[in-house]
Amino acid sequence: MKYLVQKGGWLILLLLCVAFPLVSSNDYQLYVMSLAFIWAIAASGLNLVTGFTGQLNLAHGGFMAIGAYTLGVLTVDYGVPFWIAFLLSGAVSAFIGYFVGIVSLRLKEHYFAIFTLCVGFILYLLIEKWEALTHGTSGVIGVPAPPPIGPVSFESAISQYYLVLFLLVVSLFLMHRIVTSLLGRTFIAIRNSEELAEALGINLMRNKVLSFVLSTFFAGIAGGMFAGFVRFIGPDIAHVMHTFDMITFMLVGGIGTLLGPIVGTLLVTWLTQSLQFLQDFRMIVFGPLLVLLVIFFPHGLVGSYKIWQVKRAAKRAAEAQQAGTPIQSKSRIETNASGEGVGEEARSNA
Amino acid sequence: MLNVKGLTKRFGGLAAVNNVDADFEKGKITAIIGPNGAGKTTFFNLVAGTHKPTSGKILFQGKEINAMRADLVARLGIARTFQTTHLFENASVFDNIIVGHRLRTHSGFWDVMVNSRRLRNEEQICRKRAMEVLDFVGLADLAPRITADISQEARKRVAFALAMATDPEMVLLDEPAGGVNPDETVGLSELIKKMVVHGYTVGLIEHKMDMIMGIADKIIVLDHGEKIAEGSPAEVRSNPLVIEAYLGSEHAAA
Ligand SMILES: Nc1ncnc2c1ncn2[C@@H]1O[C@H](COP(=O)(O)OP(=O)(O)OP(=O)(O)O)[C@@H](O)[C@H]1O
Ligand SMILES: [Mg+2]
Repeated sequence: MKYLVQKGGWLILLLLCVAFPLVSSNDYQLYVMSLAFIWAIAASGLNLVTGFTGQLNLAHGGFMAIGAYTLGVLTVDYGVPFWIAFLLSGAVSAFIGYFVGIVSLRLKEHYFAIFTLCVGFILYLLIEKWEALTHGTSGVIGVPAPPPIGPVSFESAISQYYLVLFLLVVSLFLMHRIVTSLLGRTFIAIRNSEELAEALGINLMRNKVLSFVLSTFFAGIAGGMFAGFVRFIGPDIAHVMHTFDMITFMLVGGIGTLLGPIVGTLLVTWLTQSLQFLQDFRMIVFGPLLVLLVIFFPHGLVGSYKIWQVKRAAKRAAEAQQAGTPIQSKSRIETNASGEGVGEEARSNA
Repeated sequence: MLNVKGLTKRFGGLAAVNNVDADFEKGKITAIIGPNGAGKTTFFNLVAGTHKPTSGKILFQGKEINAMRADLVARLGIARTFQTTHLFENASVFDNIIVGHRLRTHSGFWDVMVNSRRLRNEEQICRKRAMEVLDFVGLADLAPRITADISQEARKRVAFALAMATDPEMVLLDEPAGGVNPDETVGLSELIKKMVVHGYTVGLIEHKMDMIMGIADKIIVLDHGEKIAEGSPAEVRSNPLVIEAYLGSEHAAA
């Protein structure tokens, strides 16, 4: 029961997502939502390297594009089966991510960010100019939709919706494992202070590269799914604007929290949708809203909530001590660096 | 335990540490003192691998560790605290400590993916170790508190605990009593003595003379990067060079 309460936020969100097709009035809404899920996967990947490990990677959109083009080019030009190409979209992105990582992570902070900004631009140019491989500005047309797996087919908008939702849930499950484990604590220690982390015996380069590669893997599969979902890809998907969009999602929802990028992506997507009627003027409404949000929720929605939660738990522990009641048995102390439930995990496994 | 010979570090034209010899004996407290900018922190940075020496030799338990990467030095058993501790403010004290034992664990990415038994065991070990060291530094009660809410003195103790969670042989403490009141300074002195009793070797940088004179077995005095004196507290106190270095710097500052 306690478990249910602690995981309440997750469950409610999942139920809402599962029930969404029942209440949505048309396929367009499903389409928007599915697309938001895909962006959420990518944003969540960015959150791993930026939110949890403290490395602002501005090439993230470029890696999503690598995933999209891997799937598009392999299926359209080389006849590779969709699902194999899909797995490869994550793998190729991570593979290139490794080499970009070992070079760029030699730089720190702003230098790293600026370097990756350049990498992102180079990826964009490569995609646009390397016509023999990528079809240049005309893009890859007629990317196949996800073919059926056994009896499950993905032809209708609703089945595609559930496919993407499934992918998001699996991604989040893996992400949850990562950030609540010792590995996640290692990443968080690096974000917190590289100097201190190193003094604690943490190999900075190895862990940063690992985080970077993992984040590019998530970008890659998000890109692959994007290609299979939208069915057409052009160089624009590599545009750095998309990286900044994802940063906005992360900040709105809460950087360095598991749920933050998801909440942020969904919220901003629907906000932009509902302001659509204002056309180009929507930024006049959207901008101030964003400013207000940053003022009142400096850690993002989920982030601010998590901090409030941790503070409350600490206060209760303090009160319990003052009242003389023995605190929970020592191994039971909760709250944790990532703000997610490691405590429960370790206990239920114990 | 730690032997340093002819250690030199130049930053551009400035010799922050210049040809310093020093020996840190096992199970003893060796203090490094000197005016601001004397090169004390730089000395620690060289030993701990944060900076690479320009020249000179550093031997830890007979093994040469010059220019070894900081994380490898930590693995070998030299832990350190910093002049300012960068803790994760929005997490509990306990959560800040857990990662301190990470260097003694082996779980990697695949353990995480399959949530292996090894990973779960090692997580338990890290938690247990965190609780032990918090207990040792006298902060068991503060474990669930938010780090942002604890006192300056408690932060210093958290830094000690973090260093000890790495299972070191030797601990280098950079101004552990900086910014805490005299009563608390006494408490921290007690803690340092307790560490020695438990077999740790301590290197200590401190400006508070009462503290140093009270607990150091040996004092090394640096000034402008050079070692100008070395010996027991009594010897150092009466050394005219030391008095001059301190008075000189105070005049300069005034
Ligand atoms: N990374 C660096 N780059 C350039 N100069 C440095 C660097 N670190 C230290 N220095 C210089 O080296 C000299 C010694 O500095 P250090 O920090 O070792 O002094 P300290 O004895 O620890 O002083 P304090 O008591 O104020 O902490 C100073 O002049 C300082 O400016
Ligand atoms: Mg110093």
